[in-house]
Amino acid sequence: MVTATAQPVERENYLNKHYGVGSWLLTTDHKRIALLYLASITFFFFIGGFFALLIRLELLTPAGDLVQADTYNKLFTMHGMVMVFFFLIPSIPAVLGNFLVPMMIGAKDLAFPRINLLSWYLYVIGGVMMLHCMLTGGVDTGWTFYAPFSTAYTNTKIVEAGLAIFVAGFSSILTGLNFVVTIHRMRAPGMTWSRLPLFIWAHYATSIIQILGTPVVAITIVLVAAERTLHLGIFDPKLGGDPLLFQHLFWFYSHPAVYIMILPSMGVVSEVIACFSRKRIFGYSFVALSSIAIAVFGFLVWAHHMFVAGISVYAALIFSLLSYSVAVPSAVKVFNWTATLYKGSIHYEAPMLYAFGFLGLFTIGGLTGLFLAALGINVHVTDTYFVVAHFHYIMVGGALMGYLGGMHFWWPKISGKLYPEGWARLAALIVFIGFNLTFFPQFILGYLGMPRRYYDYSHMPEFQVLNVLSTAGATILGVGYLLPMIYFLWSMRYGKPAPDNPWNAAGLEWQTASPPTTFNFEQEPVVTWEAYNYEEIDSVEKPEVHVVG
Amino acid sequence: MSDSQTASVSSAAHNPALLHHFATEEQQRDSASLGMWIFLSTEVMFFGGLFCAYLIYRLKYFGDFAAASQTLDWKLGATNTAVLICSSLTVVLAVWAAQQAKRAVLLGSLVLTLILGFAFLGIKSIEYAEKFEKHHVPGPTFQFDQKVPGHPDQQASPGHAQIYFALYFVMTGLHALHMIIGIGIFVWLLVTAWKGRLTPEYNTPMEIGGLYWHFVDIVWIYLFPLLYLIDLHK
Repeated sequence: MVTATAQPVERENYLNKHYGVGSWLLTTDHKRIALLYLASITFFFFIGGFFALLIRLELLTPAGDLVQADTYNKLFTMHGMVMVFFFLIPSIPAVLGNFLVPMMIGAKDLAFPRINLLSWYLYVIGGVMMLHCMLTGGVDTGWTFYAPFSTAYTNTKIVEAGLAIFVAGFSSILTGLNFVVTIHRMRAPGMTWSRLPLFIWAHYATSIIQILGTPVVAITIVLVAAERTLHLGIFDPKLGGDPLLFQHLFWFYSHPAVYIMILPSMGVVSEVIACFSRKRIFGYSFVALSSIAIAVFGFLVWAHHMFVAGISVYAALIFSLLSYSVAVPSAVKVFNWTATLYKGSIHYEAPMLYAFGFLGLFTIGGLTGLFLAALGINVHVTDTYFVVAHFHYIMVGGALMGYLGGMHFWWPKISGKLYPEGWARLAALIVFIGFNLTFFPQFILGYLGMPRRYYDYSHMPEFQVLNVLSTAGATILGVGYLLPMIYFLWSMRYGKPAPDNPWNAAGLEWQTASPPTTFNFEQEPVVTWEAYNYEEIDSVEKPEVHVVG
Repeated sequence: MSDSQTASVSSAAHNPALLHHFATEEQQRDSASLGMWIFLSTEVMFFGGLFCAYLIYRLKYFGDFAAASQTLDWKLGATNTAVLICSSLTVVLAVWAAQQAKRAVLLGSLVLTLILGFAFLGIKSIEYAEKFEKHHVPGPTFQFDQKVPGHPDQQASPGHAQIYFALYFVMTGLHALHMIIGIGIFVWLLVTAWKGRLTPEYNTPMEIGGLYWHFVDIVWIYLFPLLYLIDLHK
């Protein structure tokens, strides 16, 4: 469906308007900041991936032969911290959201462009602190840094890692704040709430979590750092402090943080599925409001991480029940996407393959989440590979598939170049196969009783076969992640010029040039149509563009 | 929103403070104000985690918290409460004066606000100094030797008292940090007002700076009774 009509390459756009390092480091253009974020999170993704590779290599054999216990503890801790705080949380919002939120609502920029740049600098400062922390010894508590181990016992760099996450957290808060104000105040005339793309609704819900959740983990980190350096006693049982309080405060943010990762991905999938089914999304308002519902319910389920930590059975009962409630809006989304596919005119372009991958993997991840919300099964599989597999299905299978799908979908808009479709489809297939081969065996391992965070399982050599499968899958997955990076970079130089709207997609971002000019639109757009008007688009040759005279 | 946007585009050229990506001054002002409200909601959550920790331990160790609380000087705390309430008044006056173009009132109110802010921090530092003298600062040198109020035969737990003082220092310390940042903002506002850049047409910085100041005051309004007034009637 790509109708390549070559554009004159020299046309002025946000990429070629200014040159030089300064024009990037001091830019307030949301599109350039998105690219700054893209480069930085890709860097951290490969660092986190490197740790994952070492973990999988160690687990190839039952004995602890590649690394010893201390190093292994640091590997999974740094893998988790880097991937969660420096890749997954900023991934879609800070890259695709930054690029697309203003364009999708017809604005020239985010409401606070300088705060947007500040948020990238905070991210970089946090990232440099994290790198320094890793190079000078790292942390070994697991990414959850539970007290009192983190506050009183471990000798690793808790305070520095905590401060790095604290700083990066403010970057996340500022991104969320910027999005909410932008979505409220900067919409183009005619862009009503019921005409917003679902990508915007998803980012609105994500921003609410970032705004309300992140400060709580920030103050928790401050308390951990203070407790560790000054021995306050707040989390120290010896003085009457309660380590469970730490877990409550930590998970109050860190459970909703999962929805910071998955909601934007759901926004991407809504856009992609509508476009490549050539249909209006089924049940638009339900999909939109289910994002808000996930954000709200997401704040009420945190204690399901603590069922075996010694909370009261009645609290556990209520949190179990509430955890099930998150499944309702999630299922609303999955069913509505499926209904959108029904009788759609489906195209199997690479972004759509990722969306299909998301549908399957998110469903498995979500359903195993219900297993874990059930008290009985939870006690059985707590701290086993079942949990590891479950959250990787959500955070990698869900969030990362959405991120890659979105990168492919909007790459022509971002770079002005087409990526090689054949390679992209191959990469999507490799990622899907590699992912399942890595993580499906871990469900079985966990159910059979293999605990997470063990570097040596020589007393259970029967687990080796499944671990070998998992490591093999991780290798394939690694290839699947390298491929897009290679051909995206390749396409920037050698790719065919992209037309303004290569997918013939709905949405304001496709009605401007590829790549867009600095202020996104030649004239302020006026919206007179509903979102996802694919029937309308396909019934006429060219979509009508309304602009202010 | 859309009507007003298109209606006043022509006036945009007149105001140098209007940033390029906003269509109207009204849109810019609304955005800034909403942005500050959202920022304050993150602040509520930031302090909220601490209030939550405080309430849990206060319910759990009420007697020890009362004993620790009564070593504080409620008169100094009450004075500081009055100081901050007065500063909120001067901030309101400053916002009003900026809108009404009353330069003398604006500058006077800003200076008064700053004086009151410094007065608060001065009184606070007297209180902190006293804690150091009495070894009430959490850490290796912490000492606590008080009876539980109403139970003359019961010694208060030093461990629990240390948790009280830890929360006292973290909460009032964070609040004081916000005061210092607020003073920085108001010094900047004073300079801006001195240069005549706060006008009835454009006074958004004064308005959102004021919102921030009021928020920091409100935090203290909660901190004062929670930390100073536990079980005082006995």
